Amino acid sequence: MLREGEVRIPSGCAISGIISRRGRLTNGEKIITSIATMHDRSNGLGGGFAGYGIYPQYADFYALHIFYDDNEIRKEAENFLYRNFFIVNMSMIPIRKTKRISDEPLILRYFVKPLDARLHETNLDEKEFVARMVIKVNTTMKGAYIFSSGKNMGIFKAVGYPEDVGEYYRLEEYDAYCWTAHGRYPTNTPGWWGGAHPFGMLDYSVVHNGEISSYDANRRYIEMFGYQCTLMTDTEVIAYVIDYLCRRQGLSMEETAQVIAAPFWSTIEKKPPEERALAEYLRNAFSGLLITGPFSIMVGFEDGLMALNDRLKLRSMVVGEKDDMTYIASEECAIRVIASDLDRIWSPKGGEPVVIRVNREDK
Amino acid sequence: MLRIDCEGKHFSQIGQMIRQTAEKEIFVDNAQGHRYIAAGVGGKNIIVNGTPGNALGAYLDGSSITVNGNAQDAVGDTMNDGLIVIHGNSGDAAGYSMRGGKIFIKGDAGYRAGIHMKAYKDKFPVLVIGGKAGSFLGEYQAGGIIVVLGIGTDSKTNVGYFTGNGMHGGKIFLRSEQLPDLPQQIIARKATAEDMAEIEKYVGEYCRYFGGQVEEILNRDFYVLTADSANPYKQLYTSV
Repeated sequence: MLREGEVRIPSGCAISGIISRRGRLTNGEKIITSIATMHDRSNGLGGGFAGYGIYPQYADFYALHIFYDDNEIRKEAENFLYRNFFIVNMSMIPIRKTKRISDEPLILRYFVKPLDARLHETNLDEKEFVARMVIKVNTTMKGAYIFSSGKNMGIFKAVGYPEDVGEYYRLEEYDAYCWTAHGRYPTNTPGWWGGAHPFGMLDYSVVHNGEISSYDANRRYIEMFGYQCTLMTDTEVIAYVIDYLCRRQGLSMEETAQVIAAPFWSTIEKKPPEERALAEYLRNAFSGLLITGPFSIMVGFEDGLMALNDRLKLRSMVVGEKDDMTYIASEECAIRVIASDLDRIWSPKGGEPVVIRVNREDK
Repeated sequence: MLRIDCEGKHFSQIGQMIRQTAEKEIFVDNAQGHRYIAAGVGGKNIIVNGTPGNALGAYLDGSSITVNGNAQDAVGDTMNDGLIVIHGNSGDAAGYSMRGGKIFIKGDAGYRAGIHMKAYKDKFPVLVIGGKAGSFLGEYQAGGIIVVLGIGTDSKTNVGYFTGNGMHGGKIFLRSEQLPDLPQQIIARKATAEDMAEIEKYVGEYCRYFGGQVEEILNRDFYVLTADSANPYKQLYTSV
């Protein structure tokens, strides 16, 4: 089969998200209803979801979701995992067979912790260790792909329409304080399971509608820091850029948004001195991470959600609020279908991030 | 009269029902993002309840559409003739390439409202936005009139960045205390009595649909933006 980068297909996408600022849980069926409303924005070549707060029973373990082409590569990858992690639980991810989802790989889930001895030996902090192991598997073991690696969160994705993917993964069995969803309409590449959104790295997950013109510039920059873009698809690079800026550089989500959707120099000139200094600093320090081209993205992180449009706002994105709930979607209809009564609904300006942070009552 | 319930129907079925009926009055209920409602249709009166999808009234050819709610992107895309009245806000690119007819939006418009609007012979498009408009209002505008009333907004300007970027014809009227930053190829001036006479009827029409006092709305500063043909547009996207 030809994979990403080997074929070019000319073409939108749909994104949707739900989050409760109080950490109240929403069942997976809701996010399916929302994304399904925008069926025509996808073409059946990819759908996926990320849920946060779905694994409370293993909240302190990294949940690895892995696709394997066959049992041989599975054995090899599991041997690698045994050498590096304590695995408290492993299983097939429960699925529901449907005619609309076919050619599935083996899909397994492991709840793991890095072995102390390995952390000591590598002298890495826990997150960096996990990130490196994920990159190692994904770049050196052909036919094995870790597509989700955060704590108390999980990504579920496949080739198909998003509503069918949601049914396939039995999302009604999961409750999350934050959900994101994606319906794919691949523009440049064929669809395969790994290439569906969300893309994840540790707790970060990204769904994206658009096309990154600066992909190669961003890729070359980020690969200097140990990341490797293996999928030849533009959204992958955003996940690594977010991980690099937030986790490794310690930028806030707002600052990160200002790097990837930096204001025009002509706009920066008109800002008050303090804002201007920060904007100039961020634009200069991370010029290689400016993402150009049309996009609307949502980034899930440990305790929140960030939504952002490109600075020219070449993609649509609408935000609705009702009490502690925030809904974000490519189209208003996808919000109204699950929340008809809203306190407020608006479209954020291009380059202006919407960041929702969760104060979980159970914490 | 025909009532169409959108629930469970694909947009293509709704389009077919609207085109095939001999009824002149059509209610489209429970719209949930159904695209292309009334596309290319002439001679009908269509009332939409719910949230119509993208490209509502695209290529509209003389029908009138009323939306009881918000509209999504590309309302009246390339419309030729007719009337679209939105009792709410619109998404991005309202009036995209419209070359005739009128669009009235009670509230705010998203980015790129009136992009590529043009007039031709007896065709003269009019886009009236009651609230505020996003960036790139009237981008590449070549003809017709765009009016932004800024009703209910407290900002001094009611538009975003790059208003009239690449504009080379037509007029943009802004009811605001001060001018926004404008691209260099735009000429801005206070509206004269003659200018105001040009839009009075459209403001009157706005008030008929949505309420409000014409005199009150007109009795404030308006600016008129036109293209400076001596200083034509140079590229934005590759130079910044």
